[in-house]
Amino acid sequence: MDAPLITAAPPAPAAREDDRIILVDDLKMAYGERVIAEDISFSVGRGEVFVIMGGSGSGKSTLLRHLIGLQQPAAGRVRYVDAQGEQDFWAADEDERTLIKRRFGVLFQSGALWSSLTLAENVALPLEEFTGLAPAEIAEVVNFKLALVGLAGFGDYYPSEISGGMKKRAGLARAMALDPDILFFDEPSAGLDPLSSQRLDELILQLRDSLGASIVMVTHELASIFAVADQAIFLDADSKRLAAWGPPRELLEGGPEQVRRFLARGNG
Amino acid sequence: MTDSSARCEVVTTDATHRLVIAGDWQLHGQIPDAQACIGRLPEGQPASLVTEGLGEWDSSLPAFLLRLQRESEARGIALDASALPERLARLFALAVAVPPTTQACAGEERRLFAQVGHLALDSWHNLPRNAAFAGEIALSLMRLVRGKAQMRSRDLWLQIDLVGPRALPIVSLISFLVGTILAYMGAVQLAQFGAQIYIADLVAIGMTREIGALMTGIILAGRTGAAFAAQIGSMQAGEEVDALTTLGISPIDHLVLPRMLALVIMTPLLTLYAGFVGILAGLLVANTVFNVGIAEYWYETLSVMTFAHISVGLVKGAVYGALVAFAGCLRGIHCGRSAQSVGDAATSAVVTGILLITIFASVLTVIFQKLGI
Repeated sequence: MDAPLITAAPPAPAAREDDRIILVDDLKMAYGERVIAEDISFSVGRGEVFVIMGGSGSGKSTLLRHLIGLQQPAAGRVRYVDAQGEQDFWAADEDERTLIKRRFGVLFQSGALWSSLTLAENVALPLEEFTGLAPAEIAEVVNFKLALVGLAGFGDYYPSEISGGMKKRAGLARAMALDPDILFFDEPSAGLDPLSSQRLDELILQLRDSLGASIVMVTHELASIFAVADQAIFLDADSKRLAAWGPPRELLEGGPEQVRRFLARGNG
Repeated sequence: MTDSSARCEVVTTDATHRLVIAGDWQLHGQIPDAQACIGRLPEGQPASLVTEGLGEWDSSLPAFLLRLQRESEARGIALDASALPERLARLFALAVAVPPTTQACAGEERRLFAQVGHLALDSWHNLPRNAAFAGEIALSLMRLVRGKAQMRSRDLWLQIDLVGPRALPIVSLISFLVGTILAYMGAVQLAQFGAQIYIADLVAIGMTREIGALMTGIILAGRTGAAFAAQIGSMQAGEEVDALTTLGISPIDHLVLPRMLALVIMTPLLTLYAGFVGILAGLLVANTVFNVGIAEYWYETLSVMTFAHISVGLVKGAVYGALVAFAGCLRGIHCGRSAQSVGDAATSAVVTGILLITIFASVLTVIFQKLGI
């Protein structure tokens, strides 16, 4: 793992570029005239669990929307690295962006399952759209993905017929449908009881280890942060900037004051 | 008997100003006017807040103190609250800890002219967005023609079933009633000249060419356009549209195209059906009220009914269907992320749909007249 970077004003990435899968440079996020955050620079390593943390209103979910192509930055770049080199997501044309997006899997805060489709159909849709697999093969892959998240046999259920935790897991199965390089999770533990939340954390780690995917996760659940994160950044709502970047344990011990206070709540 | 009503008095001793809070402060009681209290203090000079004979109090007192604080700031008076009782001081400190934001919305302008102005500006600003949406649909149709659209055929069949056969009962009822009204109103006038037989011409041409399509369009705007906006709006609110986008699936191909095609296919058929039901209603009125024979009416209807009239109705039906789908899907896709915005999207879809239908009805009527069809 790369050397931790713990600073009040994080420097440019010191890690080797060939280990990186996402590079974010001087990102500025804004809604019209209202700036959410600016000067955001960091990089995500291959196979890393990378957590975006910060208080409410600091722009965590907005940053995620910039990374997954749902919102265009006011300034700055988001680059994705693959074997062919790196691509600036927002400078790419629509077709190139669609290809970059194929490398993503996204688990939204609400699960965002398509309510008119069964769980199996939810997982099958990306496979139907982007692979030439026959229906029987798709069914096999769907069953496998559902089994991976502990939902074997639930394929015929509709999202309205399952619990919140199961929706999250089904959303995870759909996010993994195309074997993505990078998984993005927006507050996966939100609305879950502590045990379900812990099971989801364990599942995320198992999937990372078995699939080798990089994981970018937005959360303010301290238990999750300490359980899963290799690296974390902290967005500061007051300064509207990146306040710290490094492994959570080290941020807790030597990070800036507001980050230590934030993380200490989970260890106090 | 002592006065227990809420009071705020200004006491000045040796050039020191004090605001004395006294009495019982209850939300359901009379509360003094903070502006008037501050108005009794000289501008720019400090004053202290004290309590004397303070009885029962609830949120009304800290709320009054907060107003007092805001008023004093505006007049350059520094208020010292250190002498307040501890519990009251804590509440007051909590309320003034974070100053009012200057970023928040300044409050919606309620004046009529301002509202009209905002409406006009919003419409103007939204014009490029709406045009872009129309462009995206056109591109999606081109992808469909090239066989590259990400539309599932079963979604199209589902939408055809929802917008067509299931709309038959309401289309039947409305068309029958409109046909009845048309026949009756026309017959009353025509009967004065002994020309009741021409009810058949009036109803046949009116229903087939204009009213069948118009009524079907309006029914679908209320029934289907609102449903489209609510369905897609709910998906927008539940991040389902985002989930499609991040997978690289075009929401236009996947959600808008099947709905658009379903309405463009089914609205002309419903228009044809509405015209037929209207003619039957006219027949009923002509026969039972104005003693026109069934065979006679039917023969007259067939004699005036031309392919051109039917074609005009079908074209209008297809256009109105496209407009209803456009309005419903547009409002759904641009819906916000709250339950309120889903409701607003549905309402807006109906209004936009009917408005567009009315505009295009006029335009198409003029075009067909100019073309001599």
